[in-house]
Amino acid sequence: MEFQFDLNTIWFILIGVLLTGYAILDGFDLGVGALHLFVKDDLERRIMINSIGPVWDGNEVWLVTGGGALFAAFPHVYATVFSGFYIALMLLLFGLIFRAIAIEFRSKQPTKWWRQLWDVAFSVSSILIALLMGIALGNIITGVPIDAEKEFAGNFFTLLHPYTVLVGITTVALFMMHGSIYVVMKTEGELQKKIRSWVNNTIIFFVICYVTTTMYTLIYYPHMVQHFKDAPWLFVIAVLNMLAIANIPREIFHGRDFRAFLSSCASIVALLALFAVGLFPNIVLSNPNPEYSLTIYNAASSQKTLNIMLIVAIIGVPFVLAYTVSIYWIFRGKVKIDSMSY
Amino acid sequence: MDVEILSRIQFAFTIAFHYIYPPLSIGLGVLLVIMEGMYLKTGNKLYEQMTKFWVKIFALTFAMGVASGIVMEFEFGTNWATYSRFVGDVFGSALAAEGIFAFFLESGFLAVLVFGWNKVSPKMHFFSTIMVSFGSMLSAVWIVIANSWQQTPAGYHIVGEGINARAEITDFWEMVFNPSSMERLSHVLSGAWLAGAFMVLSVSAYYLLRKKHVEFARSSFKIALGLALFASLFQLFTGHKSAVGISKTQPAKLAAFEAHYDSSGVGDLYLFGWVNDEQQEVKLGFKIPGMLSYLVHGDSKEPLTGLNAFKPEDRPPVNIVFQSYHIMVAIGFGLIALSLIGIFMLWRGKLFEKRWLLWFFVFSVLGPQIANQLGWISAEVGRQPWIVYNLLRTSEGLSKVVTANQVMFSLILFTLVYLLLFILFIYLLNEKIKHGPEGAEKIPSEYEHQKAALERN
Repeated sequence: MEFQFDLNTIWFILIGVLLTGYAILDGFDLGVGALHLFVKDDLERRIMINSIGPVWDGNEVWLVTGGGALFAAFPHVYATVFSGFYIALMLLLFGLIFRAIAIEFRSKQPTKWWRQLWDVAFSVSSILIALLMGIALGNIITGVPIDAEKEFAGNFFTLLHPYTVLVGITTVALFMMHGSIYVVMKTEGELQKKIRSWVNNTIIFFVICYVTTTMYTLIYYPHMVQHFKDAPWLFVIAVLNMLAIANIPREIFHGRDFRAFLSSCASIVALLALFAVGLFPNIVLSNPNPEYSLTIYNAASSQKTLNIMLIVAIIGVPFVLAYTVSIYWIFRGKVKIDSMSY
Repeated sequence: MDVEILSRIQFAFTIAFHYIYPPLSIGLGVLLVIMEGMYLKTGNKLYEQMTKFWVKIFALTFAMGVASGIVMEFEFGTNWATYSRFVGDVFGSALAAEGIFAFFLESGFLAVLVFGWNKVSPKMHFFSTIMVSFGSMLSAVWIVIANSWQQTPAGYHIVGEGINARAEITDFWEMVFNPSSMERLSHVLSGAWLAGAFMVLSVSAYYLLRKKHVEFARSSFKIALGLALFASLFQLFTGHKSAVGISKTQPAKLAAFEAHYDSSGVGDLYLFGWVNDEQQEVKLGFKIPGMLSYLVHGDSKEPLTGLNAFKPEDRPPVNIVFQSYHIMVAIGFGLIALSLIGIFMLWRGKLFEKRWLLWFFVFSVLGPQIANQLGWISAEVGRQPWIVYNLLRTSEGLSKVVTANQVMFSLILFTLVYLLLFILFIYLLNEKIKHGPEGAEKIPSEYEHQKAALERN
């Protein structure tokens, strides 16, 4: 298929940008959640939660807006995936609810069992969310059964396949690595020392998962590399990805935590770019009937709407970036617990 | 139960639960702007104490709103996929605009509002409060526009046929300013201001009765009472405008509001009653003959379109709509009366001595909550059997691949989880109220506040 830089492609990229923004931002706070139970002391746990305190809600808005943009730009994808993945989506929703509530409620009572309960809820829901997102991503790669009416033709268990579960675990590992670096950046003293010693373990965990997933993809899902064969310069993304990952332990070793974090962000961007290039121009691959795949053309809204939405995005996105940068600037530096903290 | 009724119950339940919180946030947000503005203007630490206390309540309701709100965005796709395909081109853009314009604004500045007391200057903090309040109302703007388009579609055309038919935008601004959007928006917003105002009135009255935090409570009470009076009167005005609009755009809904069946007859206005849909009449009712015709047309003799002008399958369930509408209106007038009595007593300087009145105010927090819920029931059930008025039936909007068992599973989970959340919410709210505002001595002075901000830079 000839590549055309049209409105549909722009929206494929923009939704990719929103979801990448989500993965980078909520990625680290889901990672903090996944690591939460490994920290035992109550005050240290409070510091963990408050390291994401002012920002986690804004981070989640990237997902909400990504969902809204998907609804507006590619309504068939939104409708097919959300109704088709019903049970998985509901589990994701309950994960998101419990996570929000756990953060809000945890430190409101001093009782031990209360805090332990919400700590578990926070950690388990963070892991569950990352796992489900990864499984969804995995299913987009393998393709799912879709019929001629654009409807999903499988069930919940169709979605659970060794490969998709592997992508899920890889996502958890990625976010744990990303989150551990973030916590190192935001803490000091004993807690920082402890987490710093964990960073390398999370990197190893992630790299093992990542290499396995990559081999699995190359062997069983060669359609994901077709574009890379056609346009070899795209392989640059894969190289950048490896360099970014390799740079993380180096920066951590030299104590340059912020640069390690940027490398981790870069590797997330590169990973999702690899995924997006492999997928394009499909959004949901139909397997076994590829002709029923939902593409950026047959699943899209009208050109008029894509155009209006583009104007909305051009007006809105600079504001979004300005808020995001200011908030992270205002709340820069190490976490301090005060009377308004969680 | 089949998948349609289960999906209807689930949507009604989840949206009703969600709608407890956003109106509170919007209403409290306005009051926070006033309180913090007073603090900056006068430098009186009482206002700072007030702002800090109500910010905590605000943060709690906001968190509940966020947690229950994500569900709503996903549920269009999970349970109403056919509807999503049909309206995505139109409805989706309003929803995405809400995300880009409102949610980022709210969530970003909320961080400063709640956690930024010592991180930014007092002026910057005040600016953040304004932005959070503005953002919460902007969010209402887009979601009410989207909903109003379902009530009175405009600026679209239908493309495709049969299962592939869908609405596509032809004129964005015509869609935004569809015939009902502005009237409904003002009605929704004033309902939200009432929710926030009576929340503050209720808690303040409770403190006054218990003789705790008296200075704090008196000041909070006065500020909230001003908003309550304005919003309750404005609500009457917007409600009337909405009803007149509905008579033109959705006559079946207006007819159901007053159980008006006969198109050749004048419209009567009931104060109360019980509708017998089979016999098409109102039992045990008290009516003002011709009053509805008068309110709509300015002439009590002019006939009004009745339910008989619509085929039975195109009519909403009348009694539910009739009851919810009438109770909402009754509560609305009750809130006006309570606000007026409050203002009168305040003017006479006797307000804080009248214990019976303060008790009324303690329970008044339920008024706007119930009225807001009933208002949405009137609007949404009154639109039935349509999901998009005259274009798509609710029964046709379902997800084709979702089974009754799946919805039963999620509905049971929602019921359990929301019940738990609601208990926790009430419990924590109660804890915060019992704890009360931080003592003035604990709050750093303005000078320290400034100094702390400077040191950080």
